[in-house]
Amino acid sequence: MRPQSTTETSPLQWGETFRDGSRRMVGNDQLRANLRNATETIRSKRDARAAETQNWEELRHAGAAIKRYSLDHLADLLEELEANVTANGGIVHWARDAHEANAIAYDIVARHQVDEVVKVKSMATQEIGLNEYFADRGIQAVETDLAELIVQLGNDHPSHVVVPAIHRNRSEVRDIFTDNFEDGNRPSSDDPRELTMRARTHLREKFLNAKVAISGANSMIADTGALSVYESEGNGRMCLTLPEVLISIVGIEKVIPTWQDAEVFTELLPRSATGEPMNPYTSWWTGVTPGDGPQEFHLILLDNGRTTVLADPLGRDALACIRCGACMNICPVYRMVGGHAYNSVYPGPIGAILTPQLLGAFEDGDPSATLPFASTLCGACYDVCPVKIDIPSILVELRRRSVESGAGSGSGWGTAMKASSEVMRSGRRLGAAEALLPLGRAVADKEGRITQLPWPVSSWTKSRDVPSPPTESFRRWMSRREKAER
Amino acid sequence: MRIAVFATCMGDAMFPQAPRATVTLLERLGHEVFFPRQQACCGQMHINTGYFEDALPLIKNHVKTFQPILDGAWDAIVVPSGSCTGSIKHQQAMVASKLGDQKLANRAAIIAENTYDLPLLLTDFLGIEDVGAYFPHSLTYHPTCHSMRITKVGDAPERLLSRVQGATVVPLPDAEQCCGFGGTFSLKYPEVSSALVSEKARAVASTGAEFLVADDYSCLMNISGRMSRLGIATQPLHLAEVLAGTRDHPFRREPAGTTLTTRGKA
Ligand code: SF4
Repeated sequence: MRPQSTTETSPLQWGETFRDGSRRMVGNDQLRANLRNATETIRSKRDARAAETQNWEELRHAGAAIKRYSLDHLADLLEELEANVTANGGIVHWARDAHEANAIAYDIVARHQVDEVVKVKSMATQEIGLNEYFADRGIQAVETDLAELIVQLGNDHPSHVVVPAIHRNRSEVRDIFTDNFEDGNRPSSDDPRELTMRARTHLREKFLNAKVAISGANSMIADTGALSVYESEGNGRMCLTLPEVLISIVGIEKVIPTWQDAEVFTELLPRSATGEPMNPYTSWWTGVTPGDGPQEFHLILLDNGRTTVLADPLGRDALACIRCGACMNICPVYRMVGGHAYNSVYPGPIGAILTPQLLGAFEDGDPSATLPFASTLCGACYDVCPVKIDIPSILVELRRRSVESGAGSGSGWGTAMKASSEVMRSGRRLGAAEALLPLGRAVADKEGRITQLPWPVSSWTKSRDVPSPPTESFRRWMSRREKAER
Repeated sequence: MRIAVFATCMGDAMFPQAPRATVTLLERLGHEVFFPRQQACCGQMHINTGYFEDALPLIKNHVKTFQPILDGAWDAIVVPSGSCTGSIKHQQAMVASKLGDQKLANRAAIIAENTYDLPLLLTDFLGIEDVGAYFPHSLTYHPTCHSMRITKVGDAPERLLSRVQGATVVPLPDAEQCCGFGGTFSLKYPEVSSALVSEKARAVASTGAEFLVADDYSCLMNISGRMSRLGIATQPLHLAEVLAGTRDHPFRREPAGTTLTTRGKA
């Protein structure tokens, strides 16, 4: 499943273009069936939860407003957060990029002399490649979220931000567990309950022995210094409470002003993400409490391109994302190819705008510069987004930047666009061009179908017929009518 | 009412049956229809592909052509395409102002306010649901993405179709799913686009309807192009063509080779 023979540059973008990735994935029927089943189930649950919430639109509006306010006041909120986390006995670190964040986390772990840490599922740590960084230095970071564990043991990449193993079915999961679990704990069937119990046995031991845990956070509250993790299984809570040391690595855009603001996301997130009215486990923690929970708490605030995105008035909206994954579940393109085709930890519609922005990549030859083109602009993602990120408009804006930086200039698109612009800028020119259309009838069969055309529409006629042009354009029909009237 | 028609470049050159039916319908309902000749293209394809500079002359031409509405020359502008209406309403002014022409943007915005895609012109602007149409065939309706999510057409097409005498409307499974056209997306990512349109074509075939109806010939071209290749007999038809037919002048299929048909089963 993992992309082969690509130069892995960063977990944000591992070298292969969406064009290659999507071609590789689109022919995989099993994958498509898995994706279809899973996304349809989550979508119908999500729709039901949104419909039964009487003030859904108001909630979306509030969520959007809180995130926009927080982004507008980010610097102040982060300082307030830092002061409060420190006052609560936590230690705050600032990391400009992936390397700094990994190095800070590694230093802390090395000081405690362990070779294994437990982890709560976290997008930020995936974004910086923490597991790989640790593995290179002899430390095993064990994923404890069930789906994330399946992905890790399968030596695979997550395919979705909420349901990382969405592309796997249960017989694949059984095989992965059989290959990885100790004697006596190997599954005998692909019954979901048995699989879950096996994973539980496997993980229990990890929890009880772990001295250090690593987490992300769904939000950080500036005025109290509290952090949250929303999850379904309780494994996250084990990580957050059992080990002596907790290291949380969180993107700076996750800060919101007050406790009251968190309420809105407690409503929006689970409904949008898994279609549950409430997620089973919500954990909040503030610094350290003597004799209860971790006695050492580190917060690593991660930038990694975020301040650059923030400085951009047109693209910064992408930072409002609460990583619910609803846009992935509804995206027709994602549903055909899955998360791996995007070659980034952030797949789907949000990934298509976030990845190139975080990397500042709009230039020709940069694989993530092609991501904004990986959409039909159908608009479903904007409709479903709980914080109203206008993904289609940002996609179009990023396409423009890509075009203006000269990307694709050698491909003939620029010439084709210029030429068609010349024709389509006046009725006279378009009318003159239409006079040539009957020529197109020459290549049609006797029923008026064209089955083969030259570039750039050759890729169209590979799978579709094209109608031959009509005998008379609308313009000519109108003229004929007017003449007849006179 | 005095109504100007924007035929769209595709409608003008490739699918004249849609603007023709629009004119026929509106005249039958007693309105005066105008065709400003200088019109050409709204710029949607150029904008969506990121070529804003190349779109600008198209927007300028569109604004110049439809400027008379600012002085009250017409009461409304009608477009037989949800996606072109969407571009006029949500992109033209945005592109003009991004490229620094605020005056153009302001005029584009007023034109946009007075522009309607056909179903909303009928239901919201003219306040009519029963247009007196007769169409003795079965059909299934595809609510195209841009009609649904950008021009927010709602259930206007369904309401109009439910009043058409003789018509049997069969629900389309997964109707809200995109057909995978996406303008140049279909050329840049042909494999993904084909996979999507194949799903749509199969959904259409499963209805067994004689006609696939939509408010946009781009989507119809995509879906029927695939249906033709797959040997699915359902024929594409614009909403305007359904609404234009009456008992006295019933809808007649154009002869093969003059318009968009699908090959159907051999
Ligand atoms: S962009 Fe919106 S819908 Fe997509 S993951 Fe983020 S919050 Fe959810």
